[in-house]
Amino acid sequence: MKRVLPFLCVVVFLTVPFWLQDQYFLHVAITTTIFVIAAMSLNLLLGYTGQLSLGHVAFFGIGAYASALTTLGFDVELVGGLRIVHSPWPPVIGFPVAIMIAGLCGYLIGKLSFKVRGAYFVIVTISFAEVTRLVALNWVELTQGPLALNNIPPYTLWIPGIGFHEFWSKTAYFYIVAAVALASYVIIQRLVNSRAGRAMVALKDNESLAVSVGIDVTRYLVLAAVVSAAIAGAAGSLYAHYVKIIDPDIFLFIYTVTMVIMVITGGKGTLAGPVVGGIIFGFLPVVLRSFASPAMQWIIYGGLMIAIVFLLPQGIVPAVERILGRARSAPQAAGSPSSKAGDK
Amino acid sequence: VHEFLQHLVNGLILGSTYALLGIGLTLIFGIMRVVNFTHGELYAFGAYAVYFATALLGINFFVGLALAVIAGCLLGALIEYVLLRPLQGADIDTTMLVMIGTWIVMQNAELLYWGGVAKAVITPFPDEPLQIGPIYVSWLRIFVLVMGTVLIVATYLLIDHTKLGKAMRSTFQDRDTAALMGVNIKGIYTITFALGSGLAAAAGALLGPVFLVAPTMGDMASLKAFAIVILGGLGNITGAALGGFILAFVEELGAGYISSGYRDAMGFLIIIVILLFRPTGLFTRAERVG
Repeated sequence: MKRVLPFLCVVVFLTVPFWLQDQYFLHVAITTTIFVIAAMSLNLLLGYTGQLSLGHVAFFGIGAYASALTTLGFDVELVGGLRIVHSPWPPVIGFPVAIMIAGLCGYLIGKLSFKVRGAYFVIVTISFAEVTRLVALNWVELTQGPLALNNIPPYTLWIPGIGFHEFWSKTAYFYIVAAVALASYVIIQRLVNSRAGRAMVALKDNESLAVSVGIDVTRYLVLAAVVSAAIAGAAGSLYAHYVKIIDPDIFLFIYTVTMVIMVITGGKGTLAGPVVGGIIFGFLPVVLRSFASPAMQWIIYGGLMIAIVFLLPQGIVPAVERILGRARSAPQAAGSPSSKAGDK
Repeated sequence: VHEFLQHLVNGLILGSTYALLGIGLTLIFGIMRVVNFTHGELYAFGAYAVYFATALLGINFFVGLALAVIAGCLLGALIEYVLLRPLQGADIDTTMLVMIGTWIVMQNAELLYWGGVAKAVITPFPDEPLQIGPIYVSWLRIFVLVMGTVLIVATYLLIDHTKLGKAMRSTFQDRDTAALMGVNIKGIYTITFALGSGLAAAAGALLGPVFLVAPTMGDMASLKAFAIVILGGLGNITGAALGGFILAFVEELGAGYISSGYRDAMGFLIIIVILLFRPTGLFTRAERVG
């Protein structure tokens, strides 16, 4: 059963375009999957290293802008008359560029912000995201500011015998997004089950103890930040080439909050958590939109967030695992001592 | 030089309300160890309360201002009682998540009730500004500065010279010992949150008429309050007061001489720089922070 369930999930997931013909639902499936990728990457920091990073949307946005600008090209003049002209490159290059730039930002931000912990860390990460938003808004020469970057081309792939194929159809795009999602899942799974992953969990549970047994705190935290940022950047690139238009609102704090809600609802520190939470909050708007205005939807999300913290502090996945009596066979999920929020 | 003086005056006026925001937030953090994401919403609540009282109920502006502050206190007490009291002893991340949820609910409730169109509060002050030499200041802004200063001083006196203030300070220093000495910790928490919320509502009620009242006004206020508090050191009241003025001056001068588009970025750059070089804030004494 334990082996069959994930396999079954993957099969159901990959056949979505076959039984879900409706274009609107396919669109929701694509955006949901993109947000699941982002939530998975956030979970690496939030769930495994225990750092509440509230600037995660910055990496998503940086990935989106990096990818879009690589494919659209730009012409900026820096201070001192230095002029950088970049002619458009194919989107195939934009994707790895997005990953690299986001990862690099993750490295820099990690190096700087992991000097502080707790409330300080949270506020530094929020500030970072706000600064990137304001730069995207004000550096009009590069980003077009509030006018947005338009006409971002879709991904192209060179297929032998056919030549360059442009991914316009939703079905094709779904498979690209699905492939990245599966790859991200496997990367995160490998990472958290490795020596480095165990070191991260040790840091989360008791940092001073972890340091005393010789774990290099900053090194593992920065590693987590780089991987997390790179994956978020990949998600951002997928998003940019899918919706084909991005503006500085992509950096809004509310998107970080969306990712955080997904992670804590599903269960932080579990591999399946962000996937479950992401699917719930990806499809919830579809259910709600018929009878609730956007503001009302957000009120429901906020209320759910509070309710989850009070009622299911560990999230859905650990709770379900406990009910199924399989808590023992999932060592990474249950029984972590750090979450006793429900206690009186 | 004239321009510079004008920026200084503007900074002083803005700074007095920023200081109110910062003091409220730092009190709550220092005493309760709660990062209050609803702070900006209480600021917006104060602004809307004044609008509601003056424009819809037709109450006198000054009475409306007082009512807004009282309503802010009550709303803060309610939030503390319903949401934070059951979570006492929970880690800081847990309360932070609850506060983020509350913030989202509050902001969208405002949007739902008031709509997205910004509202203007009518004040009894004359439109013509006061001219002092080359500098122009509107009467409303002078009133904001005076009221802000009065509230800052009042908060100071409350904390430094009353029995309640003593109980708050002792809770800040050592919660358990304070409890052993007979301080009602739960009561202090509720009062602290109410006081901090009241100050935020006061800042909103004062700045609401200067700018416009809109549902999203709370976001920037929250983030700026964080910047101010970090600047002064978490939990440091004097630091928060000074931090408010510093942020206002940096914003004014930055907007005036560098680029007005980056006005709001100044606060965050300050946060980042401060935390990199002096994580405990600019004005910390020996007290424990963070």
